[in-house]
Amino acid sequence: MENSAKQKITEDLLPQKFGKQGKIWVAFLLILCIIGFIAYCRQLSKGLIVTSMRDYVSWGIYISNFVFFVAISLVGSLITAVLRLTNVEWSTPLTRIAEIISVAAITFAAIIIVVDMGRPDRFYNLFIHGRLQSPIIWDVIVITTYFFISILLLYFPLLPDLQILLRFKEKTGNGLNKLYKFLGSFWKNTPAQIKISNKAISILCITIIPIAFAIHTVTSWLFATTYRPGWDSTNFGAYFISGAFLVGAGGVVVAMYVFRKHYKLEKYITEDHFDKMGKVLVMLALLYLYFNINEFLVPAFKMKKSEKEHLIGLFTGEFAVVFWFAITTAMILPILILILKKGRKPFPAFIAGTLVVIGSWVKRYLIVTPTLLHPFLPMQDVPNEYRHYFPSWEEWAIAIGSLAGALLIITLFARIFPIIPIHETITETEEHEKA
Amino acid sequence: MNTNDKSRREFITAGLLASLAVAGCSTKNNPFEPDAIDSIKPSGKMVKLLSVDGKVIEVDEAFLKPVPNLPAVSNDAARVGISGKKFVMVIDLSRCKSLKKCQSACDHMHHIHPGENWIKVYPMQDSEHTAPYWQPTTCMHCDEPPCVKVCPVDATFKRKDGIVLIDSDRCIGCRFCMAACPYSTRVFNWEDPGLPKEIAEQPYSCETSMPQKKGTVGKCDFCPDMARKGELPHCVSACPNGTFFFGDLLEDSVTNGAETFRFSDLIKDKAGYQLMEDLGTKPSVYYLPPVNRNFPFENNEQKEDKKS
Repeated sequence: MENSAKQKITEDLLPQKFGKQGKIWVAFLLILCIIGFIAYCRQLSKGLIVTSMRDYVSWGIYISNFVFFVAISLVGSLITAVLRLTNVEWSTPLTRIAEIISVAAITFAAIIIVVDMGRPDRFYNLFIHGRLQSPIIWDVIVITTYFFISILLLYFPLLPDLQILLRFKEKTGNGLNKLYKFLGSFWKNTPAQIKISNKAISILCITIIPIAFAIHTVTSWLFATTYRPGWDSTNFGAYFISGAFLVGAGGVVVAMYVFRKHYKLEKYITEDHFDKMGKVLVMLALLYLYFNINEFLVPAFKMKKSEKEHLIGLFTGEFAVVFWFAITTAMILPILILILKKGRKPFPAFIAGTLVVIGSWVKRYLIVTPTLLHPFLPMQDVPNEYRHYFPSWEEWAIAIGSLAGALLIITLFARIFPIIPIHETITETEEHEKA
Repeated sequence: MNTNDKSRREFITAGLLASLAVAGCSTKNNPFEPDAIDSIKPSGKMVKLLSVDGKVIEVDEAFLKPVPNLPAVSNDAARVGISGKKFVMVIDLSRCKSLKKCQSACDHMHHIHPGENWIKVYPMQDSEHTAPYWQPTTCMHCDEPPCVKVCPVDATFKRKDGIVLIDSDRCIGCRFCMAACPYSTRVFNWEDPGLPKEIAEQPYSCETSMPQKKGTVGKCDFCPDMARKGELPHCVSACPNGTFFFGDLLEDSVTNGAETFRFSDLIKDKAGYQLMEDLGTKPSVYYLPPVNRNFPFENNEQKEDKKS
């Protein structure tokens, strides 16, 4: 491969300064984060009374947002680990996008769970009084593990790129150069280093799969280990994991489209990528649909007394509009769009991905809240506002702020580091030319 | 009747003995410390007092000091429970007419946040053609408590005497226990409970469940502080119809204050049952079915709802 071609790839993929659009976008996200933070300060001083959660609906959109973050974070392991281990080459340009989505999402999953706590000041109790029999402790353990593995999976493949970035001091500026030096100056691209790094990445790819399955299964167990109608289901682990892969893949398609368009990466994120990710999305949507049918049809066939009110509430009752909206936007419409060859072009695929992400967020809300409004014993001897739930402005602000925060991490990462691996792209192009 | 009286007396005596034993065991802050009295010098000023047996006595003023309440049980002792006891409750549904005296007594004695209740009185009707009845519910103090299973920090725990309590100084407010409890018995302090200063400043005791704290979970505690004194829980003594019976499974006796029964006989004769026993939670609260009722079922709440 000629040097000029290498040079071209490198220059195309170097992180770019924010333009006007980029600055507005960052400012917008920052404002959302600040509003969320203000709302959280109010919550800290007044207590969870500022939310609309009460004794019956004791978990609201904080927890559904948490489940959403955990779900979308699973994509890192799908794209990076599963596709890497199965030697799917076309996924290389997408690995870093997937991995940063994972890291951003899992970070905010951890933050939002602290936000939901009545006594965040006693968080340390989890470590000094933690009891291994509680699924919450399992969640703490696997989420922490997943966080660190994801960070490492982001970092190791970044090392050769950092070395490349160090060569462009004039372009990247002094501050970033110092950061690159701090993170990667020890990397000299020696064969020994490459060998260790490749081995480490392989090990991480293998270990992240069971951990990824564990985080989402354990998160589903927070619900499935209770007796409540709608949660008391052996289907829950698989149901959550399939949904998580779906929303993660949807998120990657959205990010692919945005990065490609904004950073002019058409040569690297090609239409072929959208075509392939589109097919993956169809498969995942069908899989999730399958688990949904399992989850709802079987209890609906029996209509046990305790389940009945809950199911009717979803199918035709107070949650019917939201329920069918979620099923349609998260699964049916994306399948219909992406099953067509034309639908897998970048723009329609982006629309389908957006639908998946929105529908999936709503779906998480439906998993958490309606169940809590259908307790075994009727709702009794409580003030009237305890019988309904609609999130307060503080809850919305915090939930939206956390989503904005995750997007901000992704945006800033793409500003600082190449969002498409430079080194890997070069080596893969070389291998292709040889072959 | 004689035997009933006797077993009640035994129950109370045992409770008193237990509380004295506990008082004797704790060494810190002991008001009966002999050294303390030796060091006091008589002031010469005498005060007349009425003794317990009705005699007027004179005591030097210097020796007077307020008798503190029985020393609070330490957190460790509160987590173990009262030894040799297994507390049970029996609720006779045929006697309840939803006066909710149990509820107001409980709310008052535990300073529960207004609007929330540890005891709820449900209008129940199991299916379309079955008879409606009132069902007061306390915490079931399950022997297989789902709430304790899920608590990540051991803030809610099961004691040897069967009582499930909450340590509000440890609770992190994750509310997993509320989701896990099938009886919807747990409430949360969504805001500062707004307690009077003298209560809010007390150190928290798992046995009195006071003071309730912002951001933590609360629930019916079976009043173990009363049991230590050999007294009945507030709901039991507040009910004018004698709906609630409280007692000890090992002694096999329960009482509502006026009547005392052998627990096993009562359950056998009246076909007692537990709430949602199919879940395997093994509640410590037993219900007697609403047969031969003392009152007809009248749901005024519903009527009011319809009017408004």
